[in-house]
Amino acid sequence: MSGIRKSFSGVPALSDAELSIGRGEVHALVGQNGAGKSTMIKILTGAYTKGAGKIEFEGKPIEFASPQEAQRGGISPIYQEINLIPFRSVAENIFLGREYRRNGLLDWRRMNGEAVELLRRFSVEVDVRRPLMDFSTAIQQMVAIARAVSFRARLVIMDEPTSSLDEREVAVLFDVIRQLKREGVSVIFISHRLDELYAVCDRVTVMRDGRTVTTSAMADVNKLQLVAAMLGRDLAAVRERSTGFGGPSGHAGEELLDAKGLQIGRRVRNANVTVRAGQIVGLAGLLGSGRTEIARAIFGADPPDAGTIRLMGKPASPREPSEAITLGVGFCTEDRKIEGIVPEMSVRENLTLALLPRLTRGGVIDEARQREIVDRFIKRLGIKTSGPEQRIRELSGGNQQKVLLARWLCMDPKLLILDEPTRGIDVGAKAEIQSLIKELADQGLGVLMISSELEEIIEGADRVFVLSDGRTVADLARDQVNEPRVMAAMAHGDDVAEPTSVATDA
Amino acid sequence: MLEAVKSYAASPQMQGLSKFLRKYATSVALVLLLIFNFAVTPHFATMQTLNVNLTQVATIVIVAVGMTLVIATGGIDLSVGSLMAISGALAPLIFLSHFGKTNLALGVALAFVVPVVVAGLFGLFNGWFITRFRVQPIVGTLILFIAGRGIGQVLTNGNLQPFKNPSFQVIGLSRPFGIPVQVIIMVILVVVAAWMLRRTLFGRQILAVGGNEKAARLSGIPVAWVKRGVYAISGLCAGVAGLVVVAINSSSDANLVGLGMELDAIAAVAVGGTLLSGGQATIVGSLLGALIIQLLRYTMLANGVPDAAALVVKGAIIAIAVWMQRRNVAT
Repeated sequence: MSGIRKSFSGVPALSDAELSIGRGEVHALVGQNGAGKSTMIKILTGAYTKGAGKIEFEGKPIEFASPQEAQRGGISPIYQEINLIPFRSVAENIFLGREYRRNGLLDWRRMNGEAVELLRRFSVEVDVRRPLMDFSTAIQQMVAIARAVSFRARLVIMDEPTSSLDEREVAVLFDVIRQLKREGVSVIFISHRLDELYAVCDRVTVMRDGRTVTTSAMADVNKLQLVAAMLGRDLAAVRERSTGFGGPSGHAGEELLDAKGLQIGRRVRNANVTVRAGQIVGLAGLLGSGRTEIARAIFGADPPDAGTIRLMGKPASPREPSEAITLGVGFCTEDRKIEGIVPEMSVRENLTLALLPRLTRGGVIDEARQREIVDRFIKRLGIKTSGPEQRIRELSGGNQQKVLLARWLCMDPKLLILDEPTRGIDVGAKAEIQSLIKELADQGLGVLMISSELEEIIEGADRVFVLSDGRTVADLARDQVNEPRVMAAMAHGDDVAEPTSVATDA
Repeated sequence: MLEAVKSYAASPQMQGLSKFLRKYATSVALVLLLIFNFAVTPHFATMQTLNVNLTQVATIVIVAVGMTLVIATGGIDLSVGSLMAISGALAPLIFLSHFGKTNLALGVALAFVVPVVVAGLFGLFNGWFITRFRVQPIVGTLILFIAGRGIGQVLTNGNLQPFKNPSFQVIGLSRPFGIPVQVIIMVILVVVAAWMLRRTLFGRQILAVGGNEKAARLSGIPVAWVKRGVYAISGLCAGVAGLVVVAINSSSDANLVGLGMELDAIAAVAVGGTLLSGGQATIVGSLLGALIIQLLRYTMLANGVPDAAALVVKGAIIAIAVWMQRRNVAT
């Protein structure tokens, strides 16, 4: 196998991306959200057609029209959401689509026998006649891998295979990966947990903004360099101020939020966050480090499994967003389309969605007051719209985000949680929103800001909590915050008692 | 930047045009149908024709009002026909009982109130079941669709209950100012529900839940209670419709009252222009939708087209309505 090489041009999602994998190699593919990893994989497996470029597999140019074709060609993806049929038996799942037959009937004995043998190769001993859903996620993944191997796959793609496994199961999975390697099968391993990459991968390709940034042997890069490559940071260069936040605010009032020892599912294991009035607190961490989960727990959207939350100085455990809202908390979600806007409703109605109960008398909406408030916020935030009755889905991303900000600002909240407040909006609106956040904090609002953009965190936040793998690993005051330090914490996940020493060895 | 602003300014006009078409397509269809009838159908322009049609359509519209609210949240209510049967079975049980016969006025009053309340409670059960166990509405309401008719039959031992009770039958037979009373009920319900959907907190929250349930919850809207509310209202509407039907018939047959009503109501809502996926709803549209279906059937009957063919046309109308909705959403 000479390796795969692809390049694309003219496709906005991917421009000049490449990836080459040797026989029997475990190759890590990493990058931020939207870096183009999944697009690459989908093109490779025939789910998307490429815009340009070429793909070679085992020395021959290939172009698969469908995932089925790719599978027959020897490339098998195993997705995060395992795409098997939970109600059918293990053996059936392995042989789905190419069942053995004898005299026109299904040859169960042969299929069950081969299934047992296949799984034994990965040291998995289960009753293959039982339905798949009886088994743990880890076993289900092994079955998916066994299925791939039984297709004589020569390249297996694993997209975040460990996201729902516990440590013991991860160890088993790694054994399987090493076994595949011994058999000459190549593996593309996508994960956000850096430790895992070092544990099992030979080489790594980093993608950013649809480009391949770097490919190197795993042993030649340290974690800090990986994070820097993913975020697009030159470790040496100190960037100039480029966000709309302006200078420090400094003054901090009474405590608004104090969360300790938060534990949420498998994503968040021990997280602490504190926000005071008039402060912008940054929550930094790689994708999958548990940032959004923490925000949702504080807001009562998905209550935590363990840990204590204090809101406005009093113990609180909101079980529903409405309870947090009553206490004076607002939450702008990361995904505007899915969790933010009501697309068919007007700007007016979207803006006052949370405020509406306070605008009613005897259940009837006071439309005059509603209009007055909406007009005020459209003017104040500079929302570009043809009028309050325009449907929100017709607005640009930046203006939708302003409407969603206004949805909470008109509630006069004490604490505002912003999950990626400037993602996917144009530069102008971005700076406007950033300076607005600053202005609000100066007026005494407490802000908890999640952002993948280091600049935003470093220039905007008065205090930064850094998460790594669901744990708070650093708590930095404004004068301690700088790029190397934050990145070091994100990368190493160490207890950053001496963050400086960690940063300098990079 | 300038171009961007311009295109934003232009799109609302396009939106306006498409909105206009969507809003008035049902009205235009109804007017065309009326013109056709005035020209072709004999004795069409009479009070009697009007009353016959309105009386027949009233129960469908009453049920469709509740159905519109349920569909606005992205749900559906299959149980309405069965709830009509329960309500229709309860009423005569009450005024024919010993208590009802000794306290005539109170008996009739209870025969109006109790069945409607019971149907409303069953509706509330639908909403509770769907929100508590996160079941799909079509499955959640299927339970009472099946069991409800059974309950009605058990209440009456499966027997036909004939009766003659003029003070109860007011709800199906009386005509204040020459207008059938169920038509008045229908108009009141349509007006109140349309106002409620437009002007009240509950109304806007219904549409927000249907438009984006996740966003609604994160904005503090009590999603589960909004849903329970609409299913309860749907049950209440079905309860009223059940009373009207048995009053007209002078008898209650739990096997037949409200049979197939859920589909007629859904058809009226769909033809009226309410999005079946939720988030957008028009009560007046559902009224027009029901009128179109009714008038179409009447037109064909009056002109000698067999009932079987009428059913096919009814299906075609629904298909056209849904197709137009899709097209409007796409543009």
